[in-house]
Amino acid sequence: MQLVLEKRAERSTKIAILSPLLAIALTLVTMSILFAILGKNPIAALYVYFVEPLTDSFTLMEIAVKATPLVMIAVGLSLCYLANVWNIGAEGQFIMGAVCGSYLAVVTNGTGAGPWVLPAMLVMGAAGGALWAMIPALCKVRYGANEILTSLMLVYVADLIMDYLVRGPWRDPKGMNFPTTASFDPVATVPTLFETGRLHWGAIVALIVVALAAVMLGRTIKGFEIRVVGAAPRAARFAGFSSDRLVLFTFAVSGALAGLAGIIEVAGPVGVLQPGISPGYGFTAIIVAFLGRLNPVGILIAGLFLALTFIGGEGAQISMKIPLDLTKVFQGILLFYVLACDSLILYRIRLIATPKKAIHGTA
Amino acid sequence: MSNPVPVSNPPARAPLLQAIGITKLYGSFLANDSIDLDLFTGEIHALLGENGAGKSTLVKTMYGLIQPSAGELRWMGEKLELSGPSDARGRGIAMVFQHFSLFDNLTVAENVALGLDGVESFAAMSARLAQVSRDYGLPLDPNREVWRLSVGERQRIEIVRALMQNPKLLILDEPTAVLTPQEADQLFTVLFRLKSEGRALLYISHKLDEVKRLCDTATILRGGKKISTCDPRQETAASLARLMVGAEIGEVKATTARATTIPRLLINDLSLEPDDPHGVLLKGVSVEVKGGEILGIAGVAGNGQDELFAVLSGERFAEHEDNVIIDGHAAGHLTVTDRRRLGAAFVPEERLGHGTAPRMKLSENALLTGHAASHMVNHGFVDRPKTLETVDKTTKTFDVRKAKRDPEAASLSGGNLQKFIVGREILREPGVLIVSQPTWGVDAGAAAVIRQALLDLSGRGSAVLVISQDLDELAEIADRIAVMFHGHLSEPIAAADATREKLGLLMGGASAAASGGEKEAMHAVGA
Repeated sequence: MQLVLEKRAERSTKIAILSPLLAIALTLVTMSILFAILGKNPIAALYVYFVEPLTDSFTLMEIAVKATPLVMIAVGLSLCYLANVWNIGAEGQFIMGAVCGSYLAVVTNGTGAGPWVLPAMLVMGAAGGALWAMIPALCKVRYGANEILTSLMLVYVADLIMDYLVRGPWRDPKGMNFPTTASFDPVATVPTLFETGRLHWGAIVALIVVALAAVMLGRTIKGFEIRVVGAAPRAARFAGFSSDRLVLFTFAVSGALAGLAGIIEVAGPVGVLQPGISPGYGFTAIIVAFLGRLNPVGILIAGLFLALTFIGGEGAQISMKIPLDLTKVFQGILLFYVLACDSLILYRIRLIATPKKAIHGTA
Repeated sequence: MSNPVPVSNPPARAPLLQAIGITKLYGSFLANDSIDLDLFTGEIHALLGENGAGKSTLVKTMYGLIQPSAGELRWMGEKLELSGPSDARGRGIAMVFQHFSLFDNLTVAENVALGLDGVESFAAMSARLAQVSRDYGLPLDPNREVWRLSVGERQRIEIVRALMQNPKLLILDEPTAVLTPQEADQLFTVLFRLKSEGRALLYISHKLDEVKRLCDTATILRGGKKISTCDPRQETAASLARLMVGAEIGEVKATTARATTIPRLLINDLSLEPDDPHGVLLKGVSVEVKGGEILGIAGVAGNGQDELFAVLSGERFAEHEDNVIIDGHAAGHLTVTDRRRLGAAFVPEERLGHGTAPRMKLSENALLTGHAASHMVNHGFVDRPKTLETVDKTTKTFDVRKAKRDPEAASLSGGNLQKFIVGREILREPGVLIVSQPTWGVDAGAAAVIRQALLDLSGRGSAVLVISQDLDELAEIADRIAVMFHGHLSEPIAAADATREKLGLLMGGASAAASGGEKEAMHAVGA
């Protein structure tokens, strides 16, 4: 007997919806085994990870806070991935967005500037992310450089630029030598939605981004262009769509969204620019994008789910002494299973009998 | 239906290969439905049928590439279970495929070595290759790289490779599809010789004249079933076609005497470097197509037709903007979209992946070329009802058969998808239509619909340029025919004067400009 993958005649829409759920189930099984190996009760650990955060209004809000950057970045990445453009460097674009937006917050700090500061910061954040993303995009279009490598490597460059700024020119003079800027003024801060908790207006921005992306992909010629270039590049060229222009467009949009997420994160929940503003949002968003089927609404759901793992992971560290790194293991396993299950959309698994060995030499 | 004359075989002769009740199921689809077939030595047996009739499935079973779901093969009277192609080759069954499996960057000898199962040394193999190719009059230079060879020469490699196994049964899958008439004649000489040597040949084709000339027996498949086995020499081409299609094929006619008007498409001294190393350089191509005229471009594949189509459609730009003139506008530097806005329309050779996005719905594929000139897009938003309207209109006008209103392009059969693609463009009433291989791999019924539509369009005053390898097709619809060879385009000749011989010579490069690959190779071997 042997297992073979057999191509389906049409893509299975049923599996397309079931695939992420199947992937989550397989991930939970794998995680249970890992918990057991670590000597923890798997049921209790899974409860702490996935259920406990949902039982408390504070942690529920925290989930939304974490999901906000994830969803914004992932929506941008999904546009790239649909067009077969592989932007892996959203983390760097996130950081450069935070840096560029923070510039205004730093120079206006304590000057009593007006309410124009925050909107200007958001614009600069988006622009910073977009410009940072244009580097790999232009290298790809002009010189054929592989955007996976260039966008990824620029993450570390962005990280070091931020590190230099907060340790050097932008360091808070009263910060007791900690590598951080001064706390942002209220005019440079994203307001919260409620009296308590950290949930802020950025969450609303994320929802608007989801809605706009859904309309663009489903209803506009630009969305069609993105999907055709990804699905059938030669047909796209025949349709008159330029893949080079689309590389620039998708990189610019995803960079802008990552940059916007970055400045909202530092001007919102964090309140200062400092190393470690991102627990890997830019990378986790890749998982969110695929788990959400590269579909804006799916990404919203997937973003909330991945945010849950961040919050649950922190809870598990505190209450069960489970290392926080296990959250990253979880996310990695999840991406692995999502991609594996996705092959079932176009293929089915069949068990077939091995053909008998023929006897030679009769001729 | 006519009563085919059954072939009476002398009872003493036992078949070399016997297929008994061969059945192959793909899911719920019956590709072969209990087919019986007897192949005898010293006989050329034709396997006839339209695309999708089950010919390929049957021969792949005989070559060990697929296992039948039911039924069995007998080889010289004994039950035969093939574990794979090398098993088939070991027993003396060889096959020449329609699509060559050759490595462009390797030499002829290296390619042959890769396809043989034997243990002989490379030098010995090379010598034997030269010997076999000389014996059969199939000149080949073992040391030449494949990418330098013409399509006809590439096919020779496949045939010589098969002959080097000294097969008892040779299966040929549409071997003349890529040959000029003269090259086909040369091939027939070889096939007759193989027959006289007492080998069995199974010849797959849908060219009925060839089959009548060449074959002793013909088996006709339709819809996976065997319809009849007959002697093709006693049938007419029309009666064979009826058996293949199962219905009369309507004749294609030009509606009225078409008045040709001003030139609507002008190609002026167009030269273009190929964009990949194995591409063809276009050299000074000039031709004009008038309104109300169909101009045919004949030629063996790979002589620059792909490059010409790309530069006419705007997927590649010409060197100068007046190299291509569409309805009086210099279009050489315009994008595909801008050319469509000038009233041009294009149908590429490749249906899936070029003419359509396979995994997208028909309505989206209507938008693919319609977004430029039709009113399918308002302020950047897609008017979905309009795209569906195009699908419905195309379906109705061109009889596109499909399972639901708006299926994925890949789910349509070749003929129906081609009708959709051609229909999509014709419904826009283009002033200039450029179409490549309009009926390649399309069933006879769909082909007739498409050819009629092209004739009607030109009758309404459009200029139509048809690039095709099918000389019968061009004879049927074209007013003038030019031939492409090594990137040159010959002077067009009136279709009435374009005999197969004349075109065949031009396709082989007989004009003054001709020289190069083929002749050099012949010299090298002959020396």
